[in-house]
Amino acid sequence: MNAKEDIVKICKDLRKDIFIQAYHAGSGHMGAAFSVADIIGVLYFDGVLKYDAQNPGWEERDRFILSKGHACYALYAALAKAGYFSCEELQHVGQVGSNFGGHPKIHEIPGVEASTGALGHGLSFGIGIAYANKVDNRQSHTYVVLGDGECQEGSIWEGALSAPTLELDNLTVVIDHNKLQAMDNLEKIVRMKPLREKWRAFGWNVVEIDGHNYGEIKEALLTRCGNRPTLVVANTIKGKGVSFMENVPLWHYRMPNEQELPVLMEELGMTQQDLELGGTGKE
Amino acid sequence: MRTAYLDTLYDLASRDKRVYALISDNGAIVYDKYRKDLPSQYLNLGISEANMLGMAAGMASCGKIPFAYTIGAFLAYRAYEFIRNDICLQNQNVKIVGTGAGEIYSALGPTHHSTEDLGGLRALPNLTILCPASPMEAGKATRAAYEFEGPVYLRLGTNREAELYDADYTYEIGKGITLRHGHDVTVIGSGGILHDILRIADELNENGISARVINIHTIKPIDKDIIIRAARETGRIATVEDHNIIGGIGSAVAEVLAEAGLGVTFKRFGLHGFSKGYGTYEQVKEMNGIGITYIADEIKNWFS
Repeated sequence: MNAKEDIVKICKDLRKDIFIQAYHAGSGHMGAAFSVADIIGVLYFDGVLKYDAQNPGWEERDRFILSKGHACYALYAALAKAGYFSCEELQHVGQVGSNFGGHPKIHEIPGVEASTGALGHGLSFGIGIAYANKVDNRQSHTYVVLGDGECQEGSIWEGALSAPTLELDNLTVVIDHNKLQAMDNLEKIVRMKPLREKWRAFGWNVVEIDGHNYGEIKEALLTRCGNRPTLVVANTIKGKGVSFMENVPLWHYRMPNEQELPVLMEELGMTQQDLELGGTGKE
Repeated sequence: MRTAYLDTLYDLASRDKRVYALISDNGAIVYDKYRKDLPSQYLNLGISEANMLGMAAGMASCGKIPFAYTIGAFLAYRAYEFIRNDICLQNQNVKIVGTGAGEIYSALGPTHHSTEDLGGLRALPNLTILCPASPMEAGKATRAAYEFEGPVYLRLGTNREAELYDADYTYEIGKGITLRHGHDVTVIGSGGILHDILRIADELNENGISARVINIHTIKPIDKDIIIRAARETGRIATVEDHNIIGGIGSAVAEVLAEAGLGVTFKRFGLHGFSKGYGTYEQVKEMNGIGITYIADEIKNWFS
């Protein structure tokens, strides 16, 4: 397999592992996790993020903050595949005795850099990390993924003002722009357009990409621009990978019924046996 | 207190590069020395308390020790979820420093009064809460906060408090201090209002009532032993605070007394609503039920 085929397979695996977690937990924000899966896949498995799964506290590592913490099944799937913990953990998410809940927690899960869940927190936290690394002259980059609905939080715009002021060229923020939020179409609820121009006006280096195109994701994540932080508007599809979930707000937080389950499994390329396994395994 | 805090922090920051003074565009002038001597450890983040505290937590996750400073009301109310989720839940080593405790900014009105901050913050797991009463104590509390590994809320007054102590003394987080001995009644408080409490005790003593005064400089964890001992030995407890009577030191003391099964005579003196009126700090305290004469008279009534 060449590198391009590799990342395709890995992101396919991540989607399977996302569903394995939801299946065993009996719930979860699958739509959001499928939306961001390709971005996280490229970040961890296509030579972007610098990390050592055997040494999660390595000071020179890059940091990734999933500010939209409800998409954590995608993060858990990537961390398991990267070898931070056993893939078997994925079967126990959200259950008694597991450290893995519906939102990620620092200290309890190796590789998780911040406890997120309440929206509007990860950007400032990431700015703090990026600032600390900058003053220490550490060659470490910080990545933060925000939801597009999350950008309705006022604190996001405090951070949006702050990062360019602090000249954080070691910070990249990705907006998972799937245009849906829990209740409806984003734009129907709050007029967010034009996102790109707003962030550019705040002083960010802004690029816009197809958030499911691996090449575009990688190029955007590796973009650096003078002393400015970079903002990537990643156009994505909520529920990407399962036809009846794609672009349907209902799938923000819902499980498939008996009729939907076989369709979902076929489209994700899964067997019943896959469901009983702990996940697709370490890469 | 504010100068003592700034001088102590300056000393700590000069010796330890991990220490950062973060501010939210408040007290800019008093930070002149930092700007001049320690520019890389000073950061005015503008009027954005939530961003400041979230950022402080991120910095702490990289080993820094940020002291994030502005008016207590803005920190505790505006940025509560950031204190809870980013600092306390993650147990990040951030020092949250609120100035203008209670109604000190008297004429500025209730938006600038920290009169419910303790009620909200006391419930937060992992958070230690320190309320110094004098310049010397503010310096000691700042140093103790630095030495303590974990989240701390430091509730400072302003710059007008007189010194409370004649000589150096041992300050230990969680250990209350008996400022005055007495056997008829104990008056408990923390922060700058202890100066008023000492005057209340004087007034009581002049009327033949022997009043003990306890400084609970650490609201959390609270010194249960000193409270229980005072209840057993004096049989009467009054708490005085420039804070709402719900959730502050009066509540904290009541919890200790109730769980110890001590049915003593007990009253909380504090605010019963938002602060009312304008004027000097002394006048506003009088208007809001925490004036010296009022409280002394109420306690005297226990003995009539």
